[in-house]
Amino acid sequence: MQAGSSKKIPGFLFSGMRKIKEYLIEKSLLLSAFITILTTIGIILVLTVEAVNFFSEVSLISFFTDTEWTPLFEQKHFGILPLLTGTLLTTFIAIFVALPIGLSIAIYLNEYAPKGFRKTIKPALELLAAIPTVVYGFFALMVVTPFLQQIYPDLAGFNALSAGIVMGIMIIPFISSLSEDALFAVPKSLREASYGMGSTRLQTAMLVTVPAASSGIVVSIILAISRAVGETMIVAIAAGQQPRLTFDPTVPIETITAYIVQVSLGDVQHGTLEYRTIFAAGITLFALTFLLNNISFFLRKKYRQKYE
Amino acid sequence: MNNRRKNRIADKAFQVWGIACTFIGLVLLVIFIGDILIDGLGRLSWDFITALPSRRPESAGIWTAMMGTAWVLVFTTIISFPLGVAAGIYLEEYAKKSHLANLLEINISNLAGVPSIIYGLLGLEIFVRVMNLGPSVLAGSLTLSLLILPIVIVATRESIKAVPGSIKEASFALGATKWQTIRNQVLPASFGGILTGVILALSRAIGETAPLIVIGALAYVPFAPKSPMDEFSVLPIQIFNWVSRPQQGFITNAAAAIIILLLITLVMNGIAVYFRNRWQKKMKW
Repeated sequence: MQAGSSKKIPGFLFSGMRKIKEYLIEKSLLLSAFITILTTIGIILVLTVEAVNFFSEVSLISFFTDTEWTPLFEQKHFGILPLLTGTLLTTFIAIFVALPIGLSIAIYLNEYAPKGFRKTIKPALELLAAIPTVVYGFFALMVVTPFLQQIYPDLAGFNALSAGIVMGIMIIPFISSLSEDALFAVPKSLREASYGMGSTRLQTAMLVTVPAASSGIVVSIILAISRAVGETMIVAIAAGQQPRLTFDPTVPIETITAYIVQVSLGDVQHGTLEYRTIFAAGITLFALTFLLNNISFFLRKKYRQKYE
Repeated sequence: MNNRRKNRIADKAFQVWGIACTFIGLVLLVIFIGDILIDGLGRLSWDFITALPSRRPESAGIWTAMMGTAWVLVFTTIISFPLGVAAGIYLEEYAKKSHLANLLEINISNLAGVPSIIYGLLGLEIFVRVMNLGPSVLAGSLTLSLLILPIVIVATRESIKAVPGSIKEASFALGATKWQTIRNQVLPASFGGILTGVILALSRAIGETAPLIVIGALAYVPFAPKSPMDEFSVLPIQIFNWVSRPQQGFITNAAAAIIILLLITLVMNGIAVYFRNRWQKKMKW
């Protein structure tokens, strides 16, 4: 290899050049990896700088205690609570739908289903998470809300209920896939011991495998919550644009993410207080998901090698 | 005896429930897509695809949005593919067990959990304002590239990890340097997997709406972009815009545009699966 070039260049020089080349390649690869660090720094910096500007004009106390959020009106109020309750409400509904279904799927696939079925159904379920969220928004507004209105005529055209339900359907695979992995990791011996005692499959699942895999299941739930909190298009389309402090799922509300979209669609000038509100909302959202992600990261690390 | 029968019945009942749960999501998906097809299929035509946006739903089309999506797709690929693969190679082959590697790893898994709309805020400040790119194709592509970088990196690492150590050792034994080994052995052997991951990541980028709205991509752009510095719209934003209008005609348009968007997503996922299967067949260690 490369005998030609080594003839013209003295041996020590050639190997030196090769070392330099290897060194440069390694450093440029490192530089690419470093972009991810820069991204994190960039996110934190951007959010903090604009949020600090925001909080120089609006006090932290009123931000967290004011019960109204009306930055775009004459009478301005900057209380994050209505957006926060909107976010929590849709998230709660989504988890309420996705958790029982997702966990049942995980148990069924792990304890009952034949192996081949499991292999084909898992990618099919993951298709649910591959569909663009704007499409889910359309479903929520055009299919689910009219359907629910037939059952409950007082339901508003925009509401947290349909948005939450559809979001729940979207995050089923997050819970089912990760929980199934956790159940699968439970050692065979535990399960066989349970069968040996005469337990049914359901008893084995409920009393042995699910408790044994509980940390992995909790991780899957936290990640699903984090995903639901940050979900934007479904709520922007189907849940409305009316920030209000309520846990009533039948009226229009607004989430943190939907508010950011609402402002971005209008023409709010850079540097104004209205412009900064989206960063104040953004840093709240970021803090929330950062916390959730790190709890799940911590749990995963702590319980990873329990059975090895 | 009675207790045992109760347990048996509960066991059977859960089996039925489990099957119902497994299929309910998919059944709903079929219902949704069926509804979309009924709403939108009649509206699909060559005219609909090639028409410019319009105030009147009957004459509005998706040409500018589709071209915007194509531009963004090309530039996001150009930016995220080399960066993500390079970072993945570094983490898997060079950065074993150092503090820096640990930090990078935690950071990447954290980035993967950041909501996409936050990337929009980052792009708005850094690319649109500080770098003064405006709400252009380039700013949008840079934003989406950062968004999918963690996915590309993880996919690259998984594929490289699957290459057996014996191949690398054989290459080193023949006198190859580390980079020669990676370039001539590791990358060719893992390329199918990397490609699959990149395509899946790009198909996610195609469906993203929120970060592009935040950086200022418009719902109404009169012409298709001609350069990376032009303003743009993309299919999901066009759909969002049409869904939020009251006229039935625009809802029908939205359904028709969704059919196109789902088709693109489906084709990309199909290509990814094809590459994965072909690569798995070829690479039997």
